[in-house]
Amino acid sequence: MAFGPHLLLATLEGLVTAAVLALTALGLSLVFGVMRVVNVAHGEFFMLGAVLAWAVASAFGGHPAVGFVAALVVAPLIVGALALVADLLVLKRLNYNPEATIVATIGLLYIIQQAALSFYGPEARPVEAPFSYRVLLPWFGYSGYKLAVIGASILLLLATWFVLARTRIGMVMRATQYDSETAQAFGIPVDRVYAGVFAVGAMLAAVAAVLIVPTSQAHYLMGRDPLLLSFIVVIIGGLGSLRGTVVAALLIGVSDGIISVFFSPTLAKIIATLAVAMVLVFRPQGLFGTAAR
Amino acid sequence: MKNDDGAGKAITLHAGVIAVLVALNFVLPDYHHGVMARVLVLAVYAMGYNLLFGYAGLLSLGHAMFFAAGLYGAGLTMYHLNWGVPSAFIAGLVAGVLLSLVIGVLALRTKGVAFMIVTMMFAQVAYLLVYYFGTWTRGDEGLVIQQQARAIEFGATRLDLTDPTTRYMAALLLFSVVLVITLIVVRSSFGRVLVAIRENEERTKMLGYDTFANKLAAMVASGAICAAAGAAYVILFGYVGSTLASVQYSILPLLWVLLGGAATTLGPLVGTVLMYYLIDGSSDLLKAYLPGWNVSYLGIVGVALILLVLFFPKGLLGTVRDRFARWLP
Amino acid sequence: MTDNRDSSSIFRKKISRRSTLKGLGATAAGLVAGPIVAGPGFVRYAQAQSSAPIKIGFQAHRTGIGAAYGRWYEKTTNAAIKAINDAGGITGRPVEIIVEDDGTDPGRGAEVVGKFATQHKVDVAYGTLFSHVVIGSAPVAGEFKLPYFVVSEGHHVASTKLNRYVFQPGITDVKSQIQAMAPWIAANAGKKVCQIFPDFAFGYDHRDYLPPALKAQGADVVAQIAIPPTESSFTKYFPQIPSDTDVIYHVMVGPAVLTFVKELGEFYGSNRPQLFGFIDSLEAVDINSPGLEFLDGSHFWEGAPRYAQADDSDAMKAYRAAVGIDDNGASVDDPKDVSTAAHMFGCWETLYVIKKAMEDAGYKGPEDRAKLVEATEALTEFAEGPEHPQGKKTFNGKIHQCFGIQNISKVEDGKLKVVHKTSIEDGLYEPEGDYTTQAL
Repeated sequence: MAFGPHLLLATLEGLVTAAVLALTALGLSLVFGVMRVVNVAHGEFFMLGAVLAWAVASAFGGHPAVGFVAALVVAPLIVGALALVADLLVLKRLNYNPEATIVATIGLLYIIQQAALSFYGPEARPVEAPFSYRVLLPWFGYSGYKLAVIGASILLLLATWFVLARTRIGMVMRATQYDSETAQAFGIPVDRVYAGVFAVGAMLAAVAAVLIVPTSQAHYLMGRDPLLLSFIVVIIGGLGSLRGTVVAALLIGVSDGIISVFFSPTLAKIIATLAVAMVLVFRPQGLFGTAAR
Repeated sequence: MKNDDGAGKAITLHAGVIAVLVALNFVLPDYHHGVMARVLVLAVYAMGYNLLFGYAGLLSLGHAMFFAAGLYGAGLTMYHLNWGVPSAFIAGLVAGVLLSLVIGVLALRTKGVAFMIVTMMFAQVAYLLVYYFGTWTRGDEGLVIQQQARAIEFGATRLDLTDPTTRYMAALLLFSVVLVITLIVVRSSFGRVLVAIRENEERTKMLGYDTFANKLAAMVASGAICAAAGAAYVILFGYVGSTLASVQYSILPLLWVLLGGAATTLGPLVGTVLMYYLIDGSSDLLKAYLPGWNVSYLGIVGVALILLVLFFPKGLLGTVRDRFARWLP
Repeated sequence: MTDNRDSSSIFRKKISRRSTLKGLGATAAGLVAGPIVAGPGFVRYAQAQSSAPIKIGFQAHRTGIGAAYGRWYEKTTNAAIKAINDAGGITGRPVEIIVEDDGTDPGRGAEVVGKFATQHKVDVAYGTLFSHVVIGSAPVAGEFKLPYFVVSEGHHVASTKLNRYVFQPGITDVKSQIQAMAPWIAANAGKKVCQIFPDFAFGYDHRDYLPPALKAQGADVVAQIAIPPTESSFTKYFPQIPSDTDVIYHVMVGPAVLTFVKELGEFYGSNRPQLFGFIDSLEAVDINSPGLEFLDGSHFWEGAPRYAQADDSDAMKAYRAAVGIDDNGASVDDPKDVSTAAHMFGCWETLYVIKKAMEDAGYKGPEDRAKLVEATEALTEFAEGPEHPQGKKTFNGKIHQCFGIQNISKVEDGKLKVVHKTSIEDGLYEPEGDYTTQAL
């Protein structure tokens, strides 16, 4: 294939990756920003979203769109509820101590994987896309659904931004993030804000998974890569920064597609991971973040 | 600090533990004898981890790369260059020292959460490098070191490290040496500086200590011990593969140390033994009572981590030390 | 060799360890260790009686990445053991299967084989699929001199890089499979082949063995695309497929395979090169899953056919019924539960090889393991029939590997239909070594 179309394809693929990544990483970033908790189980909430999407979609017969829309609503709600329970039973009792919560969320990661293995099984299972339309370009074909994923993701990101920046809920969250003790003194129920943020963070990962699962499949070990990539995005974007997260997701997603055009794929992964580690070493506040607090 | 009143007890305790482990060689049934040889090597890995995590307070999520440095340093030289056991062991150790030095210089610029993530990233790079050099490492499949190569020759005598008793004793020797080194380190002024850094780095710095140099030294010591465990693993058990460099093997030493008790010299051994038998024993029980649930190490490790962090944040020996024996090192 | 080893040990010898044990007696052992761990390992088993069951340790992938395969390996094993026991067992003794989960992890795999040898005291270990687990466990089998029969299709056993106690008598190795595919590909699919394979050991076998095999048939590999182990999306690699490619040879494995095929479909649409793949990619996956329509008309290697074929032998029909799979290769209890039919027949056949070798050796108990190894090495041929439903096989005792026929199946009307069967000779190659020169 000629270089131009090749680059176009790599960019399109990168945009899809970026769209899903932005949503997933936003959840991680929100939880870190407000609660100062590094949620290692974040990838497992992503996995749960995909697995539940399969369960919901296969419970509905008829046109695949029906099951998919149901999954888009139901799966994130269930995941959010589970996250709420995890927050109440574990994280809250640890007083959100950063190191203790990392260990606890590693435990959570294993427990969720185990639950998925026990109740869902070891197989990879597909979820049918709500529509199948193949966009025909002169050089290659491309999934219309993937383009729709990009659009849906943009809408969801805008909605999240609106809630955070323009509503009372967002203001309460920002106040808690800025100074939780003062917020408490002003009558903000910090515990409930934390629980809510943890649930919303998990739901964002679940939504991202439901969106992307029709282009791949649900499997109980699928949470590891989204976790690593989200970490990368959140680090580059600056921990807790919404705009930084989106920009970093674009950067990582698109460059992941394009680097693989030039390097051997495994080498590309090595270079990308190493680059991120170096960013964290030499610029811990991220490329776009302000100084760490 | 009244350190001296515990010294006698501590030395007696450690000598006693080693004596019991020697005695176990003669009384353990074959299965548990074999298990303990493996557990001793993994406990060395946990001790290396504990030095950095327990004493210096640096939580790394990437120690599998140091274990792998020893594993591949020894394994590849034995497989491709036909090096003998002693030189291969040294190759593994040197690989671990060099790697921990480089990683230390970089990663120690960060702290807290960033340190955890940076170490995890570097370990992921190391893991992918194993695949990238698949021509030599055979990636996930890995390599087998033949039985006849896993022996030490002194002139006419040949010490076969695949013989169960010899292997157990070799593992115990390594374990004892590392245990003694750990005991000396934590009782030394260097060990006290590390604990001071863990408790309050700023104040330690103001007292005139070069905290970076001390942390780097801890990192290299930790990396060297973990690499020694990796090198011993391939020499004694004959297999190298990328699974042993994966994220899971970075989490395991953390779990063992947390279970046994961070910042206790014997905690890593206790944690490793208990975790092995917990997984091994519970798999039979779970198979009997929850058939078809496929409960594996995933569920057991997960529940153990959460229970530990909620109810026993100091681990078994840490709790024992708090309640009963303040002198426990 | 054995004597040498024991006498050269500078510590107490094995013998003295035993006598110490006896001297101290079980009481002492119980006192030291009993209260801590009351494991069955502390119970001294009585020497196997002639009527006691023959114990086969089954190293199963119940969890981990191999779990989908592992479940079907277990079903097949249970069916074969039932058939063997119903027909009188092995040398008149019943057979008992002891299952241990290895988590598809080589470290745990090695521990499990050690547990078989020293705690369960099994007669042989058996059943491993994933290559890294086989390779990780092989040293332990060799050290305990425990015959270890794997059903892995890896080239590891035949490479003679393992040891004299490891056998693969129930399924052809991948090098032989690849070589047997080449003539058909060159003659029917096309002369310019682009390979897409995972960038780890399983892929390397295909990367290394296919080009010379194709060259011998006058065809060429025009590109080799290695996909990294952590990849979950593939479209960005497809532009590297040369435009003059006649046939894409794909051997992706793991849970992301469905994505791979779907994305290939979106990329090419109906205007695609020929496709040839190894069914390993789609074992336990319904060929009619959404997105896989694209595979219609493409070809796959299959060990044993997943779908019932018109010319199935009675033995094959009986085997399928015994294991419990329907005409579509799915569980008779759940038509959505698709089997790993292309590989799991190897479990059935391997168990019958163990039976045959034990009977040839006059096997009585673990003291006869060396005789069992020699009896297995002496086998040369397995006739097609109820014990070997997949077909006739030859066995090379020097490299511990069997060779059989391979199936090439075409996807037609949502089913896999066998269009070509290779001969055993297509898959033969020069032995790379000789295990029988190793000491027992």
